[in-house]
Amino acid sequence: MSQEKKEKKMTLSLPEEELMGSGHRACQGCGAALAMRYALKALGEKTVLCIPACCWSVIDGPFPYSSLDVPIYHCAFETAAVSASGVKAGLEMVGDTETTVVAWAGDGGTFDIGIQALSGAAERNDDILYVCYDNEAYMNTGIQRSSATPYGAWTTTTPVKHFKNRPKKDMEAIMAAHRIPYIATASVGYPEDLFKKVKKAKDIEGTRFLHIYAPCPPGWRSRSEDTVKLSRMVVQNAIFPLYEIEWGEKYTLNIKLREKKPVDDYLRMQGRFRHLTEKEIAYIQEEVNRKWERLLSLMDRSN
Amino acid sequence: MRKVIMGNHALSYGAMLGRAQVIAAYPITPQTQVVELLSEMCADKILDAKFIKVESEHSAMAACLGASLAGARTFTATSSQGLTLMHELLHWASGGRLPVVMGNINRAMAPGWSIWSDQNDSLSQRDTGWIQFYCSNNQEVLDTVIQAFKVSEKLLIPSMVILDAFTLSHTYEVVDVPKQAKVDKFLPPFKPEITVTPDDPHAFGGLTGPEHYFELRYKLQKDMEKAPALIEETGKEYEKMFGRYLGQVEEHCCDDAELILVTSGTMGSTARVAVDALREEGIKVGNLRIKVFRPFPFEKVRNIFKNAKKVAVIDRNISYGHHGMFFQEVKSAMYGHDHDLPIFGFITGLGGRDITPSTFREIAELSLEKNKPEEEIIWIGVNR
Repeated sequence: MSQEKKEKKMTLSLPEEELMGSGHRACQGCGAALAMRYALKALGEKTVLCIPACCWSVIDGPFPYSSLDVPIYHCAFETAAVSASGVKAGLEMVGDTETTVVAWAGDGGTFDIGIQALSGAAERNDDILYVCYDNEAYMNTGIQRSSATPYGAWTTTTPVKHFKNRPKKDMEAIMAAHRIPYIATASVGYPEDLFKKVKKAKDIEGTRFLHIYAPCPPGWRSRSEDTVKLSRMVVQNAIFPLYEIEWGEKYTLNIKLREKKPVDDYLRMQGRFRHLTEKEIAYIQEEVNRKWERLLSLMDRSN
Repeated sequence: MRKVIMGNHALSYGAMLGRAQVIAAYPITPQTQVVELLSEMCADKILDAKFIKVESEHSAMAACLGASLAGARTFTATSSQGLTLMHELLHWASGGRLPVVMGNINRAMAPGWSIWSDQNDSLSQRDTGWIQFYCSNNQEVLDTVIQAFKVSEKLLIPSMVILDAFTLSHTYEVVDVPKQAKVDKFLPPFKPEITVTPDDPHAFGGLTGPEHYFELRYKLQKDMEKAPALIEETGKEYEKMFGRYLGQVEEHCCDDAELILVTSGTMGSTARVAVDALREEGIKVGNLRIKVFRPFPFEKVRNIFKNAKKVAVIDRNISYGHHGMFFQEVKSAMYGHDHDLPIFGFITGLGGRDITPSTFREIAELSLEKNKPEEEIIWIGVNR
């Protein structure tokens, strides 16, 4: 009786339709796999993906297989944005004006090697949706630091004795400076929020930039079952706040925090931060506080 | 209609008459007029195309590749540093079987900065799987672009239409600009079998293991081998409609020549002037201009050399530590066919140093007075 009652109460907050098959090649607990699965639910079939070199060029599966039911152009590393611009222009010239063309790149392909092409597309306001799934290092090549790697992290090119001593690049600020119609951050720990943002971005014309936090258990030395937990904690401690920016000016905070959690627990769950001393953790906390205050002031200013 | 236009505009008119649908380009001297005119044509709706004003040549090629994969006819133009910045994507175009057509203005590579002509930019792209056409006048530039679309789209192999900086790019000549309707009859719309579309989803260019990659490259080479016959056939078809024939090579007084001067690009017309002058003096020389460098016209070259006593290859380029690149290719064409034919290799005109009829006279005299080459390469006009 009670079982039956429970079942009746179940409602799906995301569409049941799956455009991603189970035969993909992602590692256990891969945040990037979740990001794609949720994003495709919002994008639907009328989508073309342009995927540069990144984990997803492997996750999709080797030739002649693909784990996705949408077409994919596996493009050169530094060309995700402009490949999407080209596909969009080409499709329009052959009479398809409906399809959403998505550049789907990792943090290395976005923050580092692809930033020029991305900046170009954004400045032209090309009609593309750019999604960066961010696992905070070059994971596909074996955990090398990128400019998205946070301060304090170990990677194979920032060994413990010389851990990364520079902050993560502020990609949202860079994109906001291009005055594009839509920028949003999302986390795989908040699938409804992520879904809503992809859906919203899909219907906007011009360059849309979506930055998705996507944990990498092998690269972060975290437990695969902690992926969702980390993806929620990172929002609640304001390391990765969820917000939107419209036309580079109007800031909206999506997950409001009455009191943000300390960063300590989050860092302790990941082997990549294991070497950090109390002093360094205190520094990270200070930086998070400072950035959070800055974000709140941007919210205030735009409202 | 006959117009007086510069070489760069001959490229633009070729792209316009070819009905390029997506054009992406970045400015570089001496290519700029190509894209200036095309952007005007797009803005004025003379040409129904999307012009993507990208932030680099690398992105220009990337945009063309995306558009081509979506089924659009694409065109770009560049030069020198821009072409070499594209290098990675040149492989992508041929490997992805995307028939982009690109104009390249031959300009020397920096450092030091040079805007003047030599061929090291395009010739260092020879192994990227592109068809390469070297043009000698503005009419040929226009006609080649139109034919390149046809050849490329049949083979699904990209084409580079190449002209010398300034001596052709900025030189005005009378050019017959054919009627659009006539060109439309010659060149049907681009309709590739497979494109990137949600209506028929495929994954293009994904991870390809050793069990598949080899065959994909084998097929590329097999299709490249079809290009010589197709270029000839397309040239004849074009001649029927427009009265002008372009093949893989152009010969001038080669039949009875004791010495054949092998050239490419605008050097060809200068060489012909020298050949005519030498002939008047009773010296039997000829000129073979190699128009298509890739795929290399082996058969044509061998046939033309059948009665030759000597050959001198003149390169406006160099493969450091080896020879001039046309020289390399000509020798490789003759290997196993005629080991006794003396072939002399000359390097001249690097970085835009003038090449005049007297350059060819000097080359002819040097080649005629020796029985066989005594040096690996012979430098002409350099201050040692």
